[in-house]
Amino acid sequence: MLSPEEIQEIQTALAHCESNFAAGLDALKIVQRRRGWISDETLQEVARFLEMTPAELDSVATFYSLIFRRQVGRHVILLCDSVSCWVMGYESLFEALKKRLGIGFGQTSADGRFTLLPHPCLGACERAPVMMIDDELYGPIEEEMIEKILARYE
Amino acid sequence: MSKNRIQLMLCGGTGCHSTGSKKFEKALQQELEAKGLAEEIKIVETGCNGFCAVGPVMLVQPEGIFYQKLKVEDVPYLVEEHFLKGRPVKKFFFVEQKNKATIPHMNDIPFFSNQVYRAMRNKGVIDPEVIDEYIAREGYFGAAKALNEMTPEQVVEQIKISQLRGRGGAGFPTGMKWAFAAASPGEEKYVLCNADEGDPGAFMDRSILESDPHAVLEGMIIAARAINARQGYIYCRTEYQLAIRRLDIAIRQAKEYGLLGENILGSGFSFNIDIYQGAGAFVCGEETALMRSIEGKRGMPRPRPPFPAHKGLWDKPTILNNVETLANIPQIIIKGGAWYASIGTEKSKGTKVFALSGDVNNIGLVEVPMGLPIRKLIYDIGGGIPGGKKFKAVQLGGPSGGCIPEHKLDTPIDYEEITKVGAIMGSGGAIVMDENTCMVDMARFFMDFIQDESCGKCTPCREGTRRMLELLEKICHGEGQDGDIQSLEALAEVIGQSALCGLGQTAANPVLSTLRFFREEYETHIKEKVCPAKRCVALLKFEVNPEMCKKCGLCFKACPSEAIAWKKKEVAVIDKSKCVKCMSCFDKCKFDAIF
Ligand SMILES: Cc1cc2nc3c(=O)[nH]c(=O)nc-3n(C[C@H](O)[C@H](O)[C@H](O)COP(=O)(O)O)c2cc1C
Ligand code: FES
Repeated sequence: MLSPEEIQEIQTALAHCESNFAAGLDALKIVQRRRGWISDETLQEVARFLEMTPAELDSVATFYSLIFRRQVGRHVILLCDSVSCWVMGYESLFEALKKRLGIGFGQTSADGRFTLLPHPCLGACERAPVMMIDDELYGPIEEEMIEKILARYE
Repeated sequence: MSKNRIQLMLCGGTGCHSTGSKKFEKALQQELEAKGLAEEIKIVETGCNGFCAVGPVMLVQPEGIFYQKLKVEDVPYLVEEHFLKGRPVKKFFFVEQKNKATIPHMNDIPFFSNQVYRAMRNKGVIDPEVIDEYIAREGYFGAAKALNEMTPEQVVEQIKISQLRGRGGAGFPTGMKWAFAAASPGEEKYVLCNADEGDPGAFMDRSILESDPHAVLEGMIIAARAINARQGYIYCRTEYQLAIRRLDIAIRQAKEYGLLGENILGSGFSFNIDIYQGAGAFVCGEETALMRSIEGKRGMPRPRPPFPAHKGLWDKPTILNNVETLANIPQIIIKGGAWYASIGTEKSKGTKVFALSGDVNNIGLVEVPMGLPIRKLIYDIGGGIPGGKKFKAVQLGGPSGGCIPEHKLDTPIDYEEITKVGAIMGSGGAIVMDENTCMVDMARFFMDFIQDESCGKCTPCREGTRRMLELLEKICHGEGQDGDIQSLEALAEVIGQSALCGLGQTAANPVLSTLRFFREEYETHIKEKVCPAKRCVALLKFEVNPEMCKKCGLCFKACPSEAIAWKKKEVAVIDKSKCVKCMSCFDKCKFDAIF
């Protein structure tokens, strides 16, 4: 069931949209912010609320890489794997993260804390190499900093 | 006006923060107070001025003296000399790299003297969250003029005269685009702002939105007036949270001031702007895909015609402009199209913002007049290559662009001239690469990006780029064969001619451009199984050349897996059974002794 807060936020978004369809992505984001990801049940709830078919909404959901249709950890690390970060040493940062978390791209750490995802240019190349955890941007990252940054997240 | 005798403009940008500007500011304030100068000398914290490489930096106004690399310890001496005795302190002046000359005035420093601020005129000067500061700098004067003193035709005419071209990449004349949409029949029309900024290496739009959001709103209001639209959308990537927050604030403030909403400035004209956030799909930056995405559909491009000027968002006449394009509009209306067109080359007028990144000293945003040679962008403004390394190429235009090698560096910044050397102006990402970059690996890197971002709708893009990526990977892995280069070229031609949208049509550019200027590097990979830049791991032996080794032990210290044996005064030896090929030793060795 969508919570009253979720419904209210979706309705606010709807007011700015010219059709229910146009609010689909916004609604998915609103719900994802609270629930972490979009399960099949969640998708159906949102679709029902917007009077769309689940298939219609899913075709939107699966198009965007930042709508998670699979369960993710409590925090999502978006590691920029784009060109400026690559020039500035993204590869060794990736190695260090892999080692520290024991996971590769697309995986979630055993304690359910982090999911690691590659992400194209975060538009913060002046701080390369960078990564984003939830909504927070970090960079330039040196290996020694990783521990301290990760420690901020439960 | 301020009664202060002197203003100290201290940069408070992220770069200077990280080099200690906050501590310096505190110490400076204390010292000024201790010396009884606090009344007449005021410290003003500004936004980033882009010269982060020599931070913390401070400009003394009205003299225009520029100080760099300031430290807390320097405070007493600086205050004593400059502010008590009136003698500017030479040791904190900027030093030119080439001839070691010191330059006291900001306006004489090449980094600043080569730049012209138009789209970024308010960057670091105003508080972006306070509309009054924007208004104090002629903000919304352009909108007021367009609404109350000009007809829509006159607005379009001035944009045409300015010869402004779209800054989102393609360089389409903005005036012409507006004229089409203005002429399209229809009650409902839309103005869209493209803030999806997906090109790797690009962060111009983010920075403009963060530092001067009202300029973009004002540009949209003027565009709306020109075509008679009532609704606008800013399509912003969701990763840009600070930009979105500032836009939100700006829209709210503009509404409070009657600059957005019903009956703007009593003109009878009404216009609203909403923000639409993407969710991580590069292709949504493409215009038709962007419109589908706002409609709530999968952000797939569709063939043109029909063009958006006739059938755009919800099949209504629509104009889409890039953030930087729109940020230029208010000044054009205030000062006139001819003013804008007064600088630049014959076909490329005005300025262009570039995001310098990669192997260059002054990483950050710069705005230069069209026509400036790229060499000046890299050396005079960018400050050259760090660590005494050699320049290899600068990549312009991201995955649809190409690279410019040393011998083409005198190419002027101009849409047509850059295209002639096989790159594109693009949206402004300029990634500088030094001699340690492998150009085959770089091409592979871009192809990998395209493969990830291809929406899959058309076969040439989906399958063609996959084939090209496989070939490039083979070459990087030392499995390249005769004929691979020809296959790459043939595939490039097919994809370029038959892909549906710009993403696919230009996807092969990084490969074609590196083949054009660095063909021998491909050949060395294929024929000799050697990567000259030593980047392709599969082609490296991970051995130490005893003749080059200076026995310094840096590699030994850098190795994370204890694979290197070394004692003082002895050549290092790599144990291949322990080596994880992480490249740490390569990066650390100053003598090129590992191969
Ligand atoms: C795959 C692809 C991605 C694009 N991404 C962007 C983008 O992120 N930002 C942008 O302003 N234009 C982007 N464009 C260009 C837009 O389609 C469009 O030409 C531009 O926004 C028009 O604005 P302008 O005339 O002011 O440049 C992209 C084009 C393609 C083909
Ligand atoms: S390349 Fe990593 S932020 Fe731009």
